[in-house]
Amino acid sequence: MRGIITVVGKDMVGILAKISGVCAENGVNVIEVSQSILQDMFCMIMLVDFEKANVPFTEFSDKVTAIGNEMALSIHVMHEDIFNSMHRI
Amino acid sequence: MINTHDILETINMIQDENLDIRTITMGISLLDCCTGDAKSTCDKIYEKMTKKAEHLVKTGEDIEKEYGIPIINKRISVTPISMILASGKGDPVLYAKTLERVAQTVGVNFIGGYSALVQKGFAAGDEALIRSIPEALDVTEHICSSVNIGSTKAGINMDAVKMMGQIIKESAEVTANKGCIGPAKLVVFCNAPEDNPFMAGAFHGVGEPDCVINVGVSGPGVVRSAISKIPDANITEVADMVKRTAFKITRMGQLVACEASKRLDVPFGIVDLSLAPTPAIGDSVAYILEEMGLEQCGAHGTTACLALLNDAVKKGGVMASSHVGGLSGAFIPVSEDAGMIAAATSGALTIEKLEAMTCVCSVGLDMIIVPGDTTAEVLSGIIADEAAIGMVNSKTTAVRLIPAIGKDIGDTLNFGGLLGYGPVMKLNTASPAKFINRGGRIPAPLQSLKN
Repeated sequence: MRGIITVVGKDMVGILAKISGVCAENGVNVIEVSQSILQDMFCMIMLVDFEKANVPFTEFSDKVTAIGNEMALSIHVMHEDIFNSMHRI
Repeated sequence: MINTHDILETINMIQDENLDIRTITMGISLLDCCTGDAKSTCDKIYEKMTKKAEHLVKTGEDIEKEYGIPIINKRISVTPISMILASGKGDPVLYAKTLERVAQTVGVNFIGGYSALVQKGFAAGDEALIRSIPEALDVTEHICSSVNIGSTKAGINMDAVKMMGQIIKESAEVTANKGCIGPAKLVVFCNAPEDNPFMAGAFHGVGEPDCVINVGVSGPGVVRSAISKIPDANITEVADMVKRTAFKITRMGQLVACEASKRLDVPFGIVDLSLAPTPAIGDSVAYILEEMGLEQCGAHGTTACLALLNDAVKKGGVMASSHVGGLSGAFIPVSEDAGMIAAATSGALTIEKLEAMTCVCSVGLDMIIVPGDTTAEVLSGIIADEAAIGMVNSKTTAVRLIPAIGKDIGDTLNFGGLLGYGPVMKLNTASPAKFINRGGRIPAPLQSLKN
């Protein structure tokens, strides 16, 4: 399955490194990254693949959310299907 | 990759606009639990329900986490207990206590189906069950009750209407020390749907399969926000915007329903398209109506706005789901909707206006707090009026009134949680006693010669 990670918050050094680091540690493959900075707000969207992940989706989600709390960023990890079903017929 | 705008829109809906799945409700038939004896019937009920719903809560939580969409309630609806009582006999409250034990074991937050269908008359078990409702709702915490007293095909059973006025009053009195919570879990229906996932009126109809998953979506905040982005649009554009938004909300409900059905290995029943508010600020149907251009909900024009909203939600939702059912429309429970509470408190929203609104919305007079000294006959009069609206218009209507014992107009009654709080509303107290005491049945209405 594939998931979407979204990160929104105040820009600072090392956000991308931290998130992609946790992906690598858990065997989650990053397929695509889109990133923009609006004023000083950082906004990143990552499409990731859980095919070879070595932890269950929910556990990975907990880990990433913990990083979000640590760095005061709003991070969500969600199954790709929710966006597909809501925005595509 | 999926469009960035779409991703952020979805996250914004969930984060800031209170978009959620209101309930995953598992319907379970209890017909095969009848043994002819109360004790063994209850044992079988417990066994079947705890087995079927064993993983319901866990599955709901897993889906919630994987998809990142909050699922507020996991619930169960069962075959109307009056039918089981007809065979099992014994004390009806024993069945309520059994259901309560099931709720505690599997961790659901409500079980609906302590119900009777008496639109044409009372069968074995019906009257005993109805008489036991005040006690059953007092000794249990998670059980919801409903009674269907009328339908378009059968007319209105006025004996049952009379009885339900008394039962509501009695239920408020016996739970007076618990904030009159009893009648907040009791709905009186006309044209009750058999696949409704929403409480307090959910029950598992006899035409349903053995076990089924029904899902209710929510999202009034999302609709309000969408309308707020087009402040100068004409009403056609507003209707289109509501349709588009309802489509997106419902797609999510369909996805969750299919996923839950697959993981639990239980057939998918329906998605209920209702816009269900909560007392949280921003999660209000009244605010949608105000966003359309009313100074406050209850103003003249409210019924028209609600008609538009209700219709557009259905049009948008129908395309998004493979099976639509339940109540499907806009809910207007007064105590559960911040905007309705404000409008009722300021006096802009009266019970007469609410009654008019029920002609065009999905349910009826829902979660309305009335003075504690309201007579049973007046309560019955309100039920009869509301049932007449449902009967003639071939739609579901319901009444959930809470007499606030010891309180009067202007006081506030607080239930807490999703049931919310609200002001005691003024009623017309002229007595309908003679009419109510006549008994009998209002004949089914003519459904042709409509000119």
